[in-house]
Amino acid sequence: MEDVFAVLIGLFFTAAIYLMLSRQIIRILLGIAILGNAVNLLIFTAGRLVREVPPVVPEEAMVPLVVTANPLPQALILTAIVISFSFFTFLLVLAYRAYQELGTDEVDEMRLAEPAREPPPPGGY
Amino acid sequence: MQLAANAPTLAVALLPFVAALVAPLLTAVLRHNAGWLLAAVPAAMFVHFLGYLGPVSEGQRFVFGVDWVPALGVRYQMLIDGLSLIFALLITGIGTFIIVYAGGYLKGHPQQGRFFSFMMMFMGAMLGLVLADDLLSLFVFWELTSITSFLLIGFDHARAAARRAALQALVVTGGGGLALLAGLLLAGWVGGVTSMSGLLALGGGLKESPFYVAIFVLVLAGAFTKSAQVPFHFWLPNAMEAPTPVSAYLHSATMVKAGVYLLMRMQPALGDTALWTTVLPLFGGLTLLTGALLAVRQTDLKLMLAQTTVASLGLLVMLIGTSDARVIEGAALYLVAHSLFKGALFMVAGGIDHEAGTRDVTKLGGLRKAMPITFVAAMLAALSMGGLPPFIGFLAKEVFYDGLAHLDGATIMVAVALVGNVLLFAIAFAVALKPFVGPEVHTPKHAHEAPPSLWLGPLVLALAAPALAIASPWTGAMVAGPIVTSILGRPFETDLHLIPSYIGAAVILSLVTIALGIVAYLGLARLRAAVATVTTAVGWGPDRGFDQAVAGLARLAAVVRRLVQPGGLEVYITTTILFIVAALIAPPLLLGVAVRAPVWPDVTLYEWAILGIAVLGLIVVTTAASRLVAIVALGIQGFAVAVIFLLFGAPDLSFTQFMVETLSVVILALVMVRLDFRPSDHRPPLVAARDLVIAAATGIGFTLLLLAVVGQPFDSVLSDFFAENSRAIAHGRNIVNVIIVDFRGLDTLGEIAVVMVTGLAVLALIGLRARRPAPAMPAAAAVAPKAEGRL
Repeated sequence: MEDVFAVLIGLFFTAAIYLMLSRQIIRILLGIAILGNAVNLLIFTAGRLVREVPPVVPEEAMVPLVVTANPLPQALILTAIVISFSFFTFLLVLAYRAYQELGTDEVDEMRLAEPAREPPPPGGY
Repeated sequence: MQLAANAPTLAVALLPFVAALVAPLLTAVLRHNAGWLLAAVPAAMFVHFLGYLGPVSEGQRFVFGVDWVPALGVRYQMLIDGLSLIFALLITGIGTFIIVYAGGYLKGHPQQGRFFSFMMMFMGAMLGLVLADDLLSLFVFWELTSITSFLLIGFDHARAAARRAALQALVVTGGGGLALLAGLLLAGWVGGVTSMSGLLALGGGLKESPFYVAIFVLVLAGAFTKSAQVPFHFWLPNAMEAPTPVSAYLHSATMVKAGVYLLMRMQPALGDTALWTTVLPLFGGLTLLTGALLAVRQTDLKLMLAQTTVASLGLLVMLIGTSDARVIEGAALYLVAHSLFKGALFMVAGGIDHEAGTRDVTKLGGLRKAMPITFVAAMLAALSMGGLPPFIGFLAKEVFYDGLAHLDGATIMVAVALVGNVLLFAIAFAVALKPFVGPEVHTPKHAHEAPPSLWLGPLVLALAAPALAIASPWTGAMVAGPIVTSILGRPFETDLHLIPSYIGAAVILSLVTIALGIVAYLGLARLRAAVATVTTAVGWGPDRGFDQAVAGLARLAAVVRRLVQPGGLEVYITTTILFIVAALIAPPLLLGVAVRAPVWPDVTLYEWAILGIAVLGLIVVTTAASRLVAIVALGIQGFAVAVIFLLFGAPDLSFTQFMVETLSVVILALVMVRLDFRPSDHRPPLVAARDLVIAAATGIGFTLLLLAVVGQPFDSVLSDFFAENSRAIAHGRNIVNVIIVDFRGLDTLGEIAVVMVTGLAVLALIGLRARRPAPAMPAAAAVAPKAEGRL
């Protein structure tokens, strides 16, 4: 089962990276959103897969009585989902504001900090 | 060892640093008179070191110290023998008068306190350098003199010339210092010691080592840069940008002799080999001739003196290079003589500049009536520099002429020394005689005698020259003998007479020097014109080379920066991802980890279906031509992930994922209608193909990584801990929730903080916009009105 997921996660990464290599801000953001899912699935699968049994202790017992899903990656991913969502929102607004200010969503044209034709450095003392 | 008796010396040697701390305060109160008080510090140290003179002249040698950095085996350890003692006496003795002189010379300068502070710091560093026994602390003090020299040359930092000279001196001497560090560490490693006394105790051990040549070259790189030997001689004349007390002290009497000191110090360990006796005389002789000829070229008093300093340093290096006892005795005497007369002459030049307002020798004359005391001091110093009896300069020249004349195959050295000395003779009187004699010349300032602080130093230093020469038996026993004993590493008895005991080659050479010197002095103007013609014809020199190197470095930096920071985001992302790919793919290939082919076990139909939907979402989102399709496709893959979580026992994740994906899609839709989402990916096919290859490589890399991970046996120790303890300790049945709010509660707090901060940042980004009018940018203006107030 994990092997199938390994291939699926490879596809997630491929799609995410392909979008991130674009020069359009909005596609880069789509790529980042997918990258978050790819990483979450990677952690999830590395903790091994168990079908259908959530990690919950039954009412009458002190410890789980059957084999459950691994709780640790779930806790990690829960944190990761929320953080990646908040960053996604931030990046989205940043891109939107950059578009408003600079009038472009092409990263090549956003050259305020690193102008294409910079003067040579001073050679004196 | 003798620590108890000598412990005060360890503290005394640190006094200049204390003085450096209080100097600005003292100057704020006493103004220029602080010089007299501060001069008491080197004077007291001079007296303290005088106490060592007796025991050292009897052949005693003191090695003592305390731990400094025990973890690195560095000790604050001193080695006091003839060589270091005479250096210490020169540093403190001349230093006393320099500080007095600086009080008068920089009278009324707003930064005089800082100047005193730098001078004292340098004094402490220089003293530490000559007294240091530990190799690493020797290096530390060595670089400290370079740094203080940098601060002093650049003291007048408002002028570009001063900044350039300071930087140049620091680069040359500091760079040489790094080579020296390597040389010292290598020598210490080869010999298995950490101290200079340990190196000297090895005898000739280093010379047989296969690393001898490397040690030799590295140590020489340090000594030659510091002592301004060709081809590193160019920084010293430029250092004349510093105020005159600095030129007199650092760049003639003390710091530039550090290289000479090092060569003398290491003579027993490295000297007397074929390499040593070839390289040193060669470079020393070249430096002597270069410096002497360039001195003739100058008309500025300070620059003339600076070039003669280069020449004298070359002479010293040449003489040390003979490794001959008698010649080295001459070098030792010349070292002392040079410090005295050159220090005095620099101060005289500064005094003339201070009183007459110019240092140009062609614009000076007839000052003898206006400045009689300065004239006397100048003449005494020049007579010593010219090597006339009864001055120590004469004594020194007699001794090394005598030594060279008796050395086999030294004819060339005799000739070089003769030519150099003739030119130095001419310069000495051009500096000391020419401005004072002849008809009175109108000078920028109306000249009158300098205040006592300006003539005291040169006069005392100049008077020391005949005193040491007349007391020649004492000088031989107390000064020359102990130094030569240290340099040779074996006892050396000298018999020094002011009046030559026989008429030999030395006397004849001295007479020839004086006779030719007078001729050169009279023909100086013609000589100057000739040298000027040659230097103009050559044009290029290492000084200009330095400028070219600095400019070249700046250009290289610009090229490298354009290469690594071209300003295109895709370059940065591509580079980052390529390194990730390399990190994922290279280790299994290099370490030969077997790559496992995936196996396809029992995957149920509905599982296949949901995996298929996820893949479909991915494909559509990457190829979408319209914004709506892209958003929906993004949502599809996100919801597919949520379903996967649900199927594999993670309902909490699933709910969160559903919520987050819904919100993402909504926000994305809100923003994207305001963004100009171009219908198709605009990458040219080739670029798109390249990006796809990179992306696919990354995907394959992660697949391989995960296959390798799940191929390993699973270590469930952490998961088991949480499963066993979540109800028992934390009283919760949902283990994931217990981890989040209890076991790792602080992490969750951090997570909430991150969400809050990004929320605030989003608010700020939007809020900033509301308060400020839109910039007049055509493309933005077209979009902005729609966006206002809707997000």
